[in-house]
Amino acid sequence: MGLLDKQFADNNIIITKVDDLLNWARLSSLWQIGFGLACCAIEMMATSASHYDFDRFGVIPRPSPRQSDVIIVSGTVTLKMAIRIKRLYEQMPDPKYVISMGSCSNCGGPYWEHGYHVLKGVDRIIPVDVYVPGCPPRPEALLEGLMKLQEKIRHESLVKKSA
Amino acid sequence: MTEKEIFEILKEKFCETIIEFVEAEAGENYIKVNPLEIDKVCSFLFIDNILQFDSLMNLSAVDDANGEKKTEEDGSFEYIGGTLSVFYHLESTDKRHKITLGTTVEKDKPDVVSVTDVWEHANWHEREAFDLLGINFLNHPDLRRILMPYDWDAGYPLRKDYKDPDYYQGMKVPY
Amino acid sequence: MALKTEEMTLNLGPQHPSTHGVLRLELKLDGEFIVDVIPHIGYLHRCFEKHAEAMTYPQIIPYTDRMDYLASMYNEFGYVVTVEKLLGLEVPERVEYIRVIMGELQRIASHLVALGTYGADIGAITPFLFCFRDREKILSLFEMTSGARLLYNYIWIGGVARDLPPDFLRLTKEFIVYFRPKIKELNDLLTFNKIFIERTANIGILPKDVAVNYGITGPMLRASGMKWDLRKDDTYSVYNKFDFDIPVGEGRMGTVGDCWDRYFVRILEMEQSLKIIEQAINQIPDGDVTSAIPKRVKPPVGQVYVRVENPRGELGYFIVSDGTLNPKRIKVRAPSFVNLAVISKLCNGHMIADVIAILGSIDIVLGEVDR
Repeated sequence: MGLLDKQFADNNIIITKVDDLLNWARLSSLWQIGFGLACCAIEMMATSASHYDFDRFGVIPRPSPRQSDVIIVSGTVTLKMAIRIKRLYEQMPDPKYVISMGSCSNCGGPYWEHGYHVLKGVDRIIPVDVYVPGCPPRPEALLEGLMKLQEKIRHESLVKKSA
Repeated sequence: MTEKEIFEILKEKFCETIIEFVEAEAGENYIKVNPLEIDKVCSFLFIDNILQFDSLMNLSAVDDANGEKKTEEDGSFEYIGGTLSVFYHLESTDKRHKITLGTTVEKDKPDVVSVTDVWEHANWHEREAFDLLGINFLNHPDLRRILMPYDWDAGYPLRKDYKDPDYYQGMKVPY
Repeated sequence: MALKTEEMTLNLGPQHPSTHGVLRLELKLDGEFIVDVIPHIGYLHRCFEKHAEAMTYPQIIPYTDRMDYLASMYNEFGYVVTVEKLLGLEVPERVEYIRVIMGELQRIASHLVALGTYGADIGAITPFLFCFRDREKILSLFEMTSGARLLYNYIWIGGVARDLPPDFLRLTKEFIVYFRPKIKELNDLLTFNKIFIERTANIGILPKDVAVNYGITGPMLRASGMKWDLRKDDTYSVYNKFDFDIPVGEGRMGTVGDCWDRYFVRILEMEQSLKIIEQAINQIPDGDVTSAIPKRVKPPVGQVYVRVENPRGELGYFIVSDGTLNPKRIKVRAPSFVNLAVISKLCNGHMIADVIAILGSIDIVLGEVDR
C-alpha cells in the first residue's frame, strides 16, 4: 500500500465506492498471459525486462491463461494460430482484457495483401480493448497502451452496463 | 573440382538420366536430371570418394510460370499445363566444391523421387515443397503439409495461379 | 521382468513460455522418458515467399527483417549480398565495413537473447535481465543509425540507407570496453553454475556426422566439434580482412556436442565478434555509402544461391530472376528451420524437462522457421 503508507495517525476507516476499490485493485495488478507470437513478442520481452520494467505497473507474465487478466496479442496472427488464440481467450476468467500489439494483429500489417495464411486483424476473432500501432511498437508505446487500458478499467462500473 | 568436371563424371556414369548442362546468362549453372532417377544420382554423389557431397545446402521448388495462361473476366488467371522445377544445392564440406542439380516435372503429374534417404535434411524441405507447390515426392517417409494447416484444401499457395479461399474455418481470409 | 507401460501423448505448445514462440511439440512418453517428439510448425507462417514474388527487389528488404527478427541486420545483409551477386554489383569498401560492424553487433545482440532466455527456460531468471540490459545498449546503437530498435531496413542493395552518425564509432568502442567484463559476469552467473551444468552437460548430444547429414549449421554444428564457419570457409564481404577464431565445442563439461557446448560456443563467439568489430572500427575507410545504390534493380534472367553466416547458421537465399522488376521465386534456407528438424533425434531417451533444455540450446526463431 505504498501510496497510503504512514498517512494516518491511528487506525482509520476509508469510505469509498465499491466500484472505485475494485477498479483500483484490478488496474493495479493486471497479470498478462506469458505468450508471444512474433517480432512484437521480443519488444514485449524487452518491456518486461530490466530497462523498461513492466513489473512496476503490476504486470507479471503468467504461464497459464486461467491465472491471467490480460492477453497481449503480440504479433502476426495466422489462421493456424487464430483458433488457439480464441481458445486461450475463452479459457481466461472474467474480467478479461485484450491489447492488440502491433500492426499485424491490428489489421494484418505488412501482410495484408498477399498473406494467404494471415488473419487480417485479431479483432475478427476476439474483442480488442486497446490497439497499439507500430511495427513493432516501441516499449514506450506498449506502456502507453497499458496505461490506456488502466484508464478504461478505472471508469468501469459494476452497476450499469457501459454502452 | 569445377561443375563441368563433375558433369562429365556424371554423364559417364548415368548417360540417360543426366539430361543436360544448363548454362545460365547470370548467376549459376546447373545440371538437369531426370526427376525419377534423381535419388540414384544423389546417392552416387554422396557415396563417391572423389565427389563426397555430404551436405545438401538447400532444396527449393519453383513454379516455372509457363503453360497456357487463361485469364478470367475478373482478372484472375490460371495456367493450363506448365511445369514445376526442383533445385538441389549440394556441397562437399571436405572437398570444398559445390554443384546445383535441377529437375523439371509436369504440373499435371508432379512426381519427383525423394532424396531423404541420402540426406535427412531433405525431409522437411520436401514437405515444404509439397505443401506450398504440390510436388509429390515418391518414397518420402512422411509427406504431410508442414506450414499450412493439415486440413487446408484450397490448393498450393506458391503456385502462380493460386486463389485465396473466402473462408477458412469461419474466418475471413481476404483483407 | 520389464513392466509394460502405456505410451502417453503430451502436448507442448503452441502457447508455452519455453517454446520461444509458437511451436507445438507432440511428445510421446514412456513414463518420464521421451520416446518420440513430433514438431508441428507453421503457426507463424507469414507467406514471405509469396510476398517476395509480388514486390520489387528493394521492397523485399523490410520483409526479410521480419523473418529472423532477432537478427534483422543479418537477414538484410544476406539478401543484399545475394541480389548484388545476381546483378554483378560492386559496393564501396566503407559500405562493406559498415555491414560487417552491424552484422557482428547483431550477432552479439542475438546471442544475448539466446543465452538469456536459455537461462530463463531452465530456471535462472536473473541472467535474462542481465542480458537484456546489455542488449539494450546495442539496440540504442542501432537506433541512432537506422532509427529503429528491432527491424531496421538499413542495409540496402548497393549500399546502406545512410552513413553512420558522427558519434557511432566512439560509442561502439565504449560499448566494447563496457561489454568485455560483462561476458565474464555472465560466466560467473550462469555458465559455470553447478545447477546449470547439471541441467545441460551430457544432454542432447549431437554427433558431427549426424549434424552434417541433417544440414545443421552455425553454433550448433560448431558445438559438435566441426570447424565450419561461412565467414571463413566461404567468405563474403570483407571478412577475409579480419583476424578471428572459430570456437568449437570441446566437451569441457561432458560430451562434445551437448547442450552446454552449444551454449558455450555462443559465449565464445561473442568475444570473437567483439574482436572483429574492434578491427573493423580501426580499419574503416572514408567514402560515400549511397553512391552505388542502383535507381532500378532489374537483374538479368538467371538464378543464384548465396549463403551467409547468420547468428543461427547458414542463411541462404535462392533467387530466380525472370528479368523483370519482381523476382520469380525466392526461397529462403532458414537456419532455424533446418536446425529444428533434428530435435526428435536429440530428445529420444531423455526426460521431459530435458526437452526444454534441448530446445533452448537449438535457439530457434519461429519467424524464420515458418517464414
